[in-house]
Amino acid sequence: MTDVVATNQTILVVGGGISGMTAALEAAECGKDVILIEKKPSLGGRVAQLYKYFPKMCHPTCGMEINLRRIKANQKIRILTMAEVTEITGDSGNYSVNLTISPRYVTENCTSCAACGDAVETEFDDEHNYGLKKRKGAYLPFLMAYPQQYVIDPRLIGTADADKAKSVCKYDAINLEMQEETLTLNVGAIIWATGWKPFDANKIQAYGYDRIPNVITSVELERMMDPTGPTGGKILRPSDGKEAKDIAFIQCAGSRDRNYLKHCSRICCTATLKHTTYVREQYGDEGKSTIYYIDIRAIDRFEDLYHKTKADKTVSFLKSKVANITQDKTTANPILHGVNTEGYQRYTNAHELVVLAIGMEPSVDFKQLGVNLSINEHGFIENDPSNGGMFGAGVATDALDVNRAVQSATASALRAIQVVNQVATAEG
Amino acid sequence: MSEQYRNNFLREVEANVEEGEWVKRCMQCGVCSGSCPLGPHWEHPPQELFMMIRAGKRDEVLKSSSMWMCTSCYNCIARCPRELPITHIMHGLAHYAERLGLAPKNQQTNKFAQRFWNNLSKTGRVNELKLTLSFYFMNGFMAGVKMSLNMQKVGLGMLLSKRLNPFEILGGHGCKDSKGLQAILKKAREIEDAKIAKFQG
Ligand SMILES: Cc1cc2nc3c(=O)[nH]c(=O)nc-3n(C[C@H](O)[C@H](O)[C@H](O)COP(=O)(O)OP(=O)(O)OC[C@H]3O[C@@H](n4cnc5c(N)ncnc54)[C@H](O)[C@@H]3O)c2cc1C
Ligand code: SF4
Ligand code: SF4
Ligand code: SF4
Ligand code: SF4
Repeated sequence: MTDVVATNQTILVVGGGISGMTAALEAAECGKDVILIEKKPSLGGRVAQLYKYFPKMCHPTCGMEINLRRIKANQKIRILTMAEVTEITGDSGNYSVNLTISPRYVTENCTSCAACGDAVETEFDDEHNYGLKKRKGAYLPFLMAYPQQYVIDPRLIGTADADKAKSVCKYDAINLEMQEETLTLNVGAIIWATGWKPFDANKIQAYGYDRIPNVITSVELERMMDPTGPTGGKILRPSDGKEAKDIAFIQCAGSRDRNYLKHCSRICCTATLKHTTYVREQYGDEGKSTIYYIDIRAIDRFEDLYHKTKADKTVSFLKSKVANITQDKTTANPILHGVNTEGYQRYTNAHELVVLAIGMEPSVDFKQLGVNLSINEHGFIENDPSNGGMFGAGVATDALDVNRAVQSATASALRAIQVVNQVATAEG
Repeated sequence: MSEQYRNNFLREVEANVEEGEWVKRCMQCGVCSGSCPLGPHWEHPPQELFMMIRAGKRDEVLKSSSMWMCTSCYNCIARCPRELPITHIMHGLAHYAERLGLAPKNQQTNKFAQRFWNNLSKTGRVNELKLTLSFYFMNGFMAGVKMSLNMQKVGLGMLLSKRLNPFEILGGHGCKDSKGLQAILKKAREIEDAKIAKFQG
């Protein structure tokens, strides 16, 4: 049984991405009691799935490591993974929150020795790699996962493989009898840092993501670049496994479009500029990036990256929202059709690989969850006084880059601290 | 007065062209032009026309044959990220140009459209037989004979399935009150002409 001590001076943070970790740390480092819940088996969120991140092009593992060190050093944060909120009642300063915790089937005794993973044979789609590769039924979500504790896939339970995993564990860390738990917490303030998910590319019929193998998404490209990822750090075409050197990037794939997401996802222009540096990193002057765009929205200080990219001879910009994509049967090259709006010439351009700069949408449907938050027409949280003691942080509030997400998380931590401070004063 | 308005062709389009008020919402992404099956065959694809309207290119737009070539395939509408009713704007522009007498005279769609309208507005019902014949022969006698021969099978099929009544040649059917219809059309024309006049000073 998980026991958790919480009072109405406790701050609950929902979502363990960069925003949730930041909010939790800021509040805890101010001496507040914080419970951080994450629905996946590990903290990290979407940033952990990036290869490098702009503006400094550092590896996310670095930032993650710093945050984890801060978390480990802090007695005030309690982390619950594989946990989700099911119901919230009450008001600012006094919320009652119901949680369910899914069974991990692995206890804290785990040393991540990997013996169970080696023994198990059944494989499933690897969520961390957007299904681009398989993982074992007993697994560590990714190298930097926190907690460093294996997980047994629930689909393995009851099979011989599960017993095999248990029998090879030398640390008695596997408990196949584990059950789902429900928990009720009393907290004073809640920070929603539930982040985003990529827009479903299958819905953009004209781009053929569902039928043309060499059309991939930007989040998949991030995984390909990871040396421990599905392609060992190479940009390989799904159709034939060959290196793709001539790559087209399609902007606003699903964003700024009343048929899909109305909003501008704001980071995808800069992300594509970053991706051209990936192409350069792989092939030097041999690579070729072509960016199809409506207009480039590299906001404020990212403008610099835009100018740098424009100066790169291997990168060209074509002002056009691509109309549709077909496939060349013999080469499996995707062929882009459209009109260059600077001069109005029609084009049919073949490329070896197409990367859709996919839009970001809120990962949680708050209306469906039944929490009383002010939600805008795009599904993001509006920080509004009517939200009481609940605050949005990071991409749960808008499509933001890491820097802005962290700023927003810090702001929400401050607001939550004010709420629990008031509770403390009132209770004297 | 008139010059002042001509410089503001966008406002004229908004006031007088069907769905014209949408033109300013176009963000020039190019998807409609890239999606149009007529693609290379016409002078100005939709997005270019919308830009020309905003640039005040009144004559070039209204005298263009481009909007007459739209086949109403709806590819552009399905894909436009701003949900512009592009097809309808195309037809609206064509219609407006015709009203002003600026539409190209020998454009085939225009010729057929005019025949269709003349045929329909007379009695309030389309006389299929007369319309078909006038369509076949609209480009001259020899062309008409050739076209009729080509279409023989289709015509026969339509006769047999009762889709074409040979007695329509004698005058054909009409709506109950074709005089009333004429009055309605006359009034509508007056209203539209008054709107046009506003922009012509
Ligand atoms: C292709 C691409 C490239 C990018 N590259 C960059 C870059 O180079 N630089 C940059 O600054 N930004 C980049 N970004 C943006 C960056 O990914 C976001 O700013 C960042 O992920 C925001 O973090 P977050 O914590 O707000 O959300 P997330 O990373 O989405 O984290 C949310 C967390 O909440 C958890 N969660 C969700 N729902 C629940 C629930 N109901 N209960 C409990 N937990 C839940 C999730 O599992 C997740 O762990 C990129 C984005 C894309 C699409
Ligand atoms: S569960 Fe046991 S076998 Fe598996 S990684 Fe942990 S300690 Fe090793
Ligand atoms: S940031 Fe760029 S690619 Fe992304 S939605 Fe906005 S304009 Fe389109
Ligand atoms: S698709 Fe719509 S927004 Fe894009 S150029 Fe055409 S009309 Fe304008
Ligand atoms: S509806 Fe007309 S303008 Fe639109 S794509 Fe079809 S032919 Fe072109």
